Amino acid sequence: MRNTGIIFRRELSAYFATPVAYVFIVMFLILAGAFTFYLGNFYERGQADLEPFFTFHPWLYLFLVPAVSMRLWAEERKSGSIELLMTLPVTVFEAVLGKFLAAWCFCALALALTFPIWITVNYLGDPDNGVVLAGYLGSLLMAGAFLAIGACISAATRNQVIAFILTVVVCFGFLLSGFPIVLDLFQGWAPQSFVDAVASLSFMTHFSTLSRGLVDLRAVIYFMLVIGFWLAANTVVLDIKKAD
Amino acid sequence: MIETDRLTKRYGHLLAVDELSFTVSQGEVLGFLGPNGAGKSTTMKMLSGFLSPTSGSARICGFDVESQPVEAKRQIGYLPEGAPSYGEMTARSFLDFVADIRELRGSNKAKRLEEVIDRLHLEPVLDQPIDNLSKGYRRRVGLAQAIVHDPRVLILDEPTDGLDPNQKHEVRSLIREMAEDKIIVISTHILEEVHAVCNRAIIIAHGRILADDTPDSLEARSNRHNAVTIRVTGTATGEAQSALQSLADVDRVEIGPDETITVLPRQGESLLPAVGRLALERGWQVDELHIERGQLDEVFRQITTAGEEEART
Repeated sequence: MRNTGIIFRRELSAYFATPVAYVFIVMFLILAGAFTFYLGNFYERGQADLEPFFTFHPWLYLFLVPAVSMRLWAEERKSGSIELLMTLPVTVFEAVLGKFLAAWCFCALALALTFPIWITVNYLGDPDNGVVLAGYLGSLLMAGAFLAIGACISAATRNQVIAFILTVVVCFGFLLSGFPIVLDLFQGWAPQSFVDAVASLSFMTHFSTLSRGLVDLRAVIYFMLVIGFWLAANTVVLDIKKAD
Repeated sequence: MIETDRLTKRYGHLLAVDELSFTVSQGEVLGFLGPNGAGKSTTMKMLSGFLSPTSGSARICGFDVESQPVEAKRQIGYLPEGAPSYGEMTARSFLDFVADIRELRGSNKAKRLEEVIDRLHLEPVLDQPIDNLSKGYRRRVGLAQAIVHDPRVLILDEPTDGLDPNQKHEVRSLIREMAEDKIIVISTHILEEVHAVCNRAIIIAHGRILADDTPDSLEARSNRHNAVTIRVTGTATGEAQSALQSLADVDRVEIGPDETITVLPRQGESLLPAVGRLALERGWQVDELHIERGQLDEVFRQITTAGEEEART
């Protein structure tokens, strides 16, 4: 796992070597703020909690996280550096994990920089900070799940635009898999147990459990499993077609 | 030691590498020659562990590239075609990253980094992003990362591509210096390079080995090997030509530009003594006299085009 650490450090510093990191963080903070105050009616509700803040995170992540994940492997493929990385004495999984953790850490940093809203709500009222913390945990886990999906898709192509679009579509499917927009695709022809299984995969339901302040272990495990599954898939994809 | 056993790579219908078996031992500098698309890079990618062979196997210092990939990769320093790297990193941080992955530590790491930076003259560009470097510097950064851990096996895919003549010269001397205690495999289009650095050459086309020999013996296959070129003044060129033609072991005589006469031997026989005696007997005034070693590119053409005809039939 030493190699994972080395790759993690290289990746993380690569974000800050280009304007990507700064653009991403600034846009994330502006949008998160705008959604909370304008769409979420933060003040008008008159309640000391961060629900209007967390409600919009799934939608923010839907477009911003694929923008981070699209370059993870597609860029390595395009520039040829994948040949260098894969001929260094590291295993594919070490590289997959190192890159994923760096991207996740980067998202965590962006999320952490929303702390002024937490200060604000504490200044204005007396919120339950346990609930706020649970919300942050849920948000971070969901970002990780989006990233893992995006990393795997990015490994399958050398074109970043394709990686972005496919990731948005797949993430959208996972986000709303408990809702008719996705379930209607299966209803009618697939067995009910399958439809129920799809419905239970919804990011939205698991995220809202957490953001309401309920640190449900099942929701945490669910997100960890999703991340684990997609990282394993990422490793397999690279093994099969790293040189294409 | 590199050993390959019927190493094969197939892309759909295309057979890129066709049952290649060869062994390279310490001290050998093996040059891979072949036309574009002959399978040179594919073979090197399989040796370095980037591509999985369709069938057959390759072992690096006893480690199988498929079943013990990490151990095999530890033995190798690899410069991929085009010397890819992380463009947004500075040369310094990139080399530092590779040294970390290569398990160099502390003072040993600092010493090795200093050594490769010095050897490849990277000092002036260390703190620039690799994307901003010239092609020559980028190639040298790629070479530096390949040798930073002092590997036992070096695989270099077109190491001097894009370098100017001085840089080429330096890289070749670097390869020669390292040759003694290493196994080096390079691929190249430049045939003079084979002479300059390799002590063994494998010519491949259509994924198969067509010749495996020392550069000198390959040259000896040329029909110009041991040809004698002479230029005389004071004697009619035509007269000299007919006199030379009548010597034993002469295949044919060619008249070149500036009245030079080239005498081609049958089967690489040495002609110089006979030509020398003739010139002395006839009292020619010899302005120029040299022996040709044969031309590698001619042999290369002979071998690869013959291979192509064979493949067609």
